[in-house]
Amino acid sequence: MIWRAVIGSCLLMAAGFVSSPQAQTPATYRIENGEVPAPLTAEPGNPARGRQTVRDMTHVTCLICHALPIPEEPDHGEIGPPLAGIGSRYSAGALRARLMDPKAFNPESIMPAYFRTDGLNRVGAEFRGRTIYTPQQIEDVVAYLLSLKEP
Amino acid sequence: MAAPLPRWKLASALIVCGLTGYSAAPPRAADSTSVPYETEGRKSGYLFLTPATRTLQDDEFQNPGAFALERGRDLWDAPDGPDRKSCASCHGDAATAMVGVAARYPVFDAARNGLVNIEMRINAERERMKAAPYAYESDDMLALTTFLTAQSRGMPMTPDIDGPARPLFEQGRAFYEARRGQLDLSCGQCHDDRTGLRLRGDVISQGQVNGFPVYRVSWRGQASRHRIFAWCNTSVRAEPYAAGSPEYLALELFMAWRGRGLPIEAPSIRR
Ligand code: HEC
Ligand code: HEC
Repeated sequence: MIWRAVIGSCLLMAAGFVSSPQAQTPATYRIENGEVPAPLTAEPGNPARGRQTVRDMTHVTCLICHALPIPEEPDHGEIGPPLAGIGSRYSAGALRARLMDPKAFNPESIMPAYFRTDGLNRVGAEFRGRTIYTPQQIEDVVAYLLSLKEP
Repeated sequence: MAAPLPRWKLASALIVCGLTGYSAAPPRAADSTSVPYETEGRKSGYLFLTPATRTLQDDEFQNPGAFALERGRDLWDAPDGPDRKSCASCHGDAATAMVGVAARYPVFDAARNGLVNIEMRINAERERMKAAPYAYESDDMLALTTFLTAQSRGMPMTPDIDGPARPLFEQGRAFYEARRGQLDLSCGQCHDDRTGLRLRGDVISQGQVNGFPVYRVSWRGQASRHRIFAWCNTSVRAEPYAAGSPEYLALELFMAWRGRGLPIEAPSIRR
């Protein structure tokens, strides 16, 4: 079990308890048996919106490194494994955990953590203290990845 | 390191090699007096270009860097400052006076107790002429650095990292190895570990600096070493440093050593 409860987390957790699940912050989630089992938001993930999000150039598109079954996009990356069929190989909780913090699985991973703000060095001013994805974007992308089943 | 590549990685690496016409034998630079584009596993960005772009670089009449080269030649001879001196007034013909300079730079400068690269040396000389300094990425600075660097074309990069330069060299190495930015990536994670693979539309090269200043097709103009450092920093959503900063000078010295033996290529072309 990996805990990401860090300095200042008491405050943040308190906030998380009293407000909606939208208030999930990078400091409060934890990975249990390779999963973040509970969704980060009350609103269920929307796979169509997730498909748009993973293509979005302004949100560190997964296409930088991965091939995805999105034929209308050119130049899929080949740094990470292709993601077609990934929804047959992982649960929602496992996909959520891998997206939020890949370094929890492999400290040497070059995949960026899409929901983490600590342990980073010299982050650009406009991105400081912010996660790459919002909680809702995490849920949307998880729903999209889950929809990618083996033929 | 020795672990077998996953199948998808191996297949893609092979495809990329096929596409770029990359061959195993170390090819030589076009000019027969030049050192090869590959030495002891270090590879110039030239080898990651398509054959068509290589041809463009090799053809002195089609090479888009020729504009900067010609403008730099004019600037070398142009009188400036109150005493109407030019670079040529003191140094004479660049083709003899400036041979090998770019291959040695950046160098440690005792007076400043720090590193000096070609750009900073040019502005120091202009200060002596009482002429206004060039801005780092100005057309004039890029033109004169291209012209100066071209006087070492084909010569191997041989920076001196010993003596007083040593701690700065180590600082540059540490910069290169540090993960940074929201994407949490170090230079080496792309340019050592994943060369030849496709990062979106780009095939990742070794990130060697021997070609600079380069004509970058995607920027439609000449670019300095420090500008690409800032670009790579910004790409991983890290706060870049200023061109000419001590951090980038130290990185430049490390990068020149990392590519030691590779030929100075200006005027060169990159994507
Ligand atoms: C800068 C590179 C990079 C980016 C950007 C990236 N990934 Fe990854 N990803 C990797 C690498 C490399 C791996 C292989 C495992 C590891 O090293 O962590 C991986 C592994 C994965 C896995 C596990 C795959 C398996 O078969 O085990 C999933 C799922 C995944 N990525 C999803 C995504 C999604 C979704 C995005 C965008 C929101 C994304 N990745 C963005 C590099 C990246
Ligand atoms: C996310 C991956 C990534 C990281 C991290 C990265 N670069 Fe790059 N770099 C690229 C890509 C892509 C290019 C353009 C294609 C090429 O020439 O490799 C490039 C180009 C370059 C070039 C130009 C090479 C040439 O021949 O024109 C240099 C020099 C360079 N990088 C140095 C660095 C340094 C120094 C760092 C760290 C401060 C760094 N890079 C970090 C991806 C990266």
